[in-house]
Amino acid sequence: MSALAYAAADTAVVARRNLLRIPRQPDLWVSFTIQPIMFVLLFVYVFGGAIQTPGFDDYADFLMPGIIAQTMSFGGFVTAIGLSDDLRKGLIDRFRSLPMARSAVLAGRTLADVATNAVSIAVIIVVGLLVGFNFSASPLEVVAGIGLLLLFGYAFSWIFAFIALNSSSPEGAQSLGFVVIFPITFASSAFAPPDSMPAAVEAFANANPFSTVVDATRALFLGSPAGNDVWAAVLWSVGLIVVFAGLSVHKYRRAVSS
Amino acid sequence: MAEAAIAVEGLRKRFGDVQALCGIDLNAAPGTILGLLGPNGAGKTTAVRILTTLLPPDAGTARVAGFDVVKDAAALRSQIGLAGQYAAVDENLTGFENLEMVGRLYHLGRGPARVRAHELLERFSLTDAADRLTKTYSGGMRRRLDLAAALVARPPVLFLDEPTTGLDPVSRLQLWETIEARVAAGTTVLLTTQYLDEADRLADRIAVIDHGRVIAEGTPDQLKNQVGGERLEVTLEDYGQEAAAIETLAPLADERPKCEHGILVMPLNKARGDIAEAVRRLDATGVRIADIAVRRPTLDDVFLSLTGHAAEAEEEEAEQREEEAVA
Repeated sequence: MSALAYAAADTAVVARRNLLRIPRQPDLWVSFTIQPIMFVLLFVYVFGGAIQTPGFDDYADFLMPGIIAQTMSFGGFVTAIGLSDDLRKGLIDRFRSLPMARSAVLAGRTLADVATNAVSIAVIIVVGLLVGFNFSASPLEVVAGIGLLLLFGYAFSWIFAFIALNSSSPEGAQSLGFVVIFPITFASSAFAPPDSMPAAVEAFANANPFSTVVDATRALFLGSPAGNDVWAAVLWSVGLIVVFAGLSVHKYRRAVSS
Repeated sequence: MAEAAIAVEGLRKRFGDVQALCGIDLNAAPGTILGLLGPNGAGKTTAVRILTTLLPPDAGTARVAGFDVVKDAAALRSQIGLAGQYAAVDENLTGFENLEMVGRLYHLGRGPARVRAHELLERFSLTDAADRLTKTYSGGMRRRLDLAAALVARPPVLFLDEPTTGLDPVSRLQLWETIEARVAAGTTVLLTTQYLDEADRLADRIAVIDHGRVIAEGTPDQLKNQVGGERLEVTLEDYGQEAAAIETLAPLADERPKCEHGILVMPLNKARGDIAEAVRRLDATGVRIADIAVRRPTLDDVFLSLTGHAAEAEEEEAEQREEEAVA
């Protein structure tokens, strides 16, 4: 077998291992099922009445793409916690002493996390439909939108893999993650129209790639004109994956459990 | 002569301002156990991490199974097995799933990896627990599974980093027997330990390591002779009988017994039946005994004898500094 075939086979073994673990960690389910449901309900019923979203039938239509995109970025926490845990328990040492591809532990981790992200999307869409969200685009566009969200979630898994490899504990990775995620996801077009924000925040929100992903998903879910958002969102996601996968694998080679 | 299974020369490693290894030399012939004995923070784990390609050395050379740990790291990894003090098994996988995964990552192939997993579960008496998540395992079971994982690819060289730390005596004995069986089958083992009795029982040669230096090296007997053998400690009921006790026991010992604070200490030769003879003589001369005990040389004795300082608690702090520097 070629090195590439070994890398793919090793990645599949690690991904399978991580998938096997999911149903055995019920406490983890909270973060990728209950938590997004809570966010949908809180935003729709607490803030929904107060936030003006001109051009949208109701707040649920405006909110859903944003809340799914935010959940995808939160999916990174699953990646970070899983990796930190492996580091702390010495499993990464075992993997690094094995004749396996250097990229496989991280690639297998992030691939498996696409599965948890897919479960999250399914859960949110069901809840969204119950609280008044409606797809108003073709099925193909909806599928493309879900694909884009998964790609974006995959990018965030790599960002969080890098954060985890640079943190000394799962708690450290988690607090660093929150500091990164909250400004990026809230100072964006996800929950409120940027033109309702102060000028400086509006400028940040408009330049924020997270807004690009949210706008692209809105266009794909609601059938509104997308402009260049979809391609820009794909490019951003792929760019983030390339950069953070490179950084993470580089860091992994020297990773040391504390 | 066959090439040494482990050959280390002038290995150095520094973490921040902690010099973890100050140029150590080690050698192990194929099919033998080399014991690395030292307190926490002595550099044992750092040495193991370098030899298993987890950490690059700052200077020096190390060859394992004929492969350079830096230049041939990728090729070397298929020749080694590593079991650590933290029992690196996935607690959310079953015993079988853990071993199968490791087998596949050694590229045994799906079928052979499964066969090998069953084989090892059987050998380590884990067959009944094969389909249980390892988080339900006892500490001893986890260590056995960890060791089994290290053996999946039948590696010619095995690294065991404090394999029995924290184990109960029965599990410890079982693990010792397994390690001995591996060596009988031709595997070379590097074993780190804080326990002299463990090194004594298992190792063909022992390197005593302290502050990143090998301060003594030899067979267990050579080391123990350096430290002194077993001693008899007699606690007297009456301090006033110290002189009488020394005179009574002096003919039995190769060197004159010492007595302090009512405790008499003398070198012991069990082959001559010294214990019974000592008690008889003390009784005959009317020296009253409050307590009598045989003391074996401990790691502390080795350290006191070799370095003049005890293996004290500050070593643990050094270890922590080392870990922080690494992280």
